[in-house]
Amino acid sequence: MKRVNLDHIAATPLDPAVAEAMRPYLDGRFGNPQSLHTDGQEALEAVEDARGRVAALIGAAESEVIFTASGSEANNFAIKGLALARRDKGCHLVLSAIEHQSALHSAKSLEKSGFSSTLVPVDKDGLVDPEEVRKAIRKDTILVSVMLANSEVGSVEPVAEISKVCQAAGVPLHSDAVAAVGSIPVDVGELGVDALSLAADQFYGPKGSGALFIKKGVRLLPFIDGGIQEGGRRAGTENVMGIVGLGKAAEIAGLKLRERAAAMTGLRDKLIDGLPRRVDHVVLTGHREKRLPHHASFCVEFIEGESMLLNLDMKGISVSSGSACTSRALKASHVLLAMGLDHALAQGSLVFSLVDGTTGADIDYVLEVFPPIIERLRGMSPLYTKFLEEKRT
Amino acid sequence: MIYSDKVMDHFQNPRNVGVLKDADGAGQVGNPVCGDMMTFYIKVKDDRLADIKFQTFGCGAAIAVSSMVSEMAMGKTLDEAMQITNATVAESLGGLPKNKLHCSNLGADALHSAIDDYRKKDAAARGEAVVAGTTAKDECYCPYCEGHLEGAEEFCDHCQIEFEDCPHCGNLAKKGAEKCPSCGAELAQP
Repeated sequence: MKRVNLDHIAATPLDPAVAEAMRPYLDGRFGNPQSLHTDGQEALEAVEDARGRVAALIGAAESEVIFTASGSEANNFAIKGLALARRDKGCHLVLSAIEHQSALHSAKSLEKSGFSSTLVPVDKDGLVDPEEVRKAIRKDTILVSVMLANSEVGSVEPVAEISKVCQAAGVPLHSDAVAAVGSIPVDVGELGVDALSLAADQFYGPKGSGALFIKKGVRLLPFIDGGIQEGGRRAGTENVMGIVGLGKAAEIAGLKLRERAAAMTGLRDKLIDGLPRRVDHVVLTGHREKRLPHHASFCVEFIEGESMLLNLDMKGISVSSGSACTSRALKASHVLLAMGLDHALAQGSLVFSLVDGTTGADIDYVLEVFPPIIERLRGMSPLYTKFLEEKRT
Repeated sequence: MIYSDKVMDHFQNPRNVGVLKDADGAGQVGNPVCGDMMTFYIKVKDDRLADIKFQTFGCGAAIAVSSMVSEMAMGKTLDEAMQITNATVAESLGGLPKNKLHCSNLGADALHSAIDDYRKKDAAARGEAVVAGTTAKDECYCPYCEGHLEGAEEFCDHCQIEFEDCPHCGNLAKKGAEKCPSCGAELAQP
């Protein structure tokens, strides 16, 4: 059967050129970058070369990039490391309500050691108003963390404007850019951020490889103690293969990002315009224009996400959903609820995320198989029956 | 696949989907806040379930469970149907993922609620006292004080406990509790 994978917020496929760059480290090159002999120094060169490529992609200096094992680790590192380093200045954090769990739970974990946090609301499109950030900042606020793009609804946040607010208040700003880096141009200077998280598996690189940008001069407590790696801030033998993969993926993203984005934007719009035209009571989630070029997310009324996901899977289409039933915790998406969607509508969440190589025929296929699936599921939905009855009376 | 073949069969080809316009009894459990919602309609003849129809808003497991319950109960006497439990439903489906076990609670509850509804109407029609005791659960309730939970199920306003989900059955358990109040599983605490 034809398979159309439109779930790339979970992971992207490895670019063959990235795999090629990584292969030597699977096939024999095992040097530890901390060893002084030739094997070790070769590995060190590879790691530092990758650092340069990652720095170039986001407009940072090489010394401002710390490698991590994931985007989640980078978020933990930034929030805990920055907060604990500034403890003498205060103990209050400001985050947006739609941050990734790795950011929200880092703040929650800090609450156990005396910190407190304020969650800034978002509007119906999932956008943070910089003015709301300004209002949330207190005298004892020591860190603001607002994501650059939300992977569930695709909205791109006004981080550059938020950074102006933070600078005026003298509070450092971290941005979780895991969903954004590699998909849209990201420049840490233009954004004005002090720290920024990214992950390789979001842009055709390997899993288990991420990085944290930390602006020169900004104090950050070590995340893993016990070694001199990553400037003593993250001990542990470097994941050389993963780092090399991240570096290669960053290099390719720098060259191809705009071209990839242009191709995917057209297809994304075809889906955003086409789906609600073919099926009634389907709403776009996230901002129509200020969104990731490969991201189309919806809520389908009267049906639960997992049942749609499974039906689409049977037709060869992979998607993801933010419905409670698809999450292992069986909780409705905090992002959709923060945007003011009611529980029933949030349950009908569906996320399509395109990839380099998605074709017009793929989108046509989705548009073709989607309506009968929805019709069938609505036929067995008590909420739809109720809606039709109320409409009649 | 997270589901057994049997679950997928009932999910893809659900039996007895629909609405009975002239139902003798109807029952509804759950709501979209909890995640799933099911309505059951029954026709009763000579104390037996002559026809059953259901509608379900929910995940694959919830749809399969509803379908399985309808198949298991069809033609049974009302007392026999009241014996159907979440455990027998899950077993008949070849098992359910642990965090989806609460869906099977709902399936049996929805059927039992329709039977209760029929019995009440029937008793009233014959001028008898209304049979007490309904199993209907239209809303989310605190497993400790049975107080009604509003909105997100993270905190009970009545007895002031914070919840987490039991990793074994998916039902609510008190944060830090040693045992799940629903399935009795021991909860490992950090």
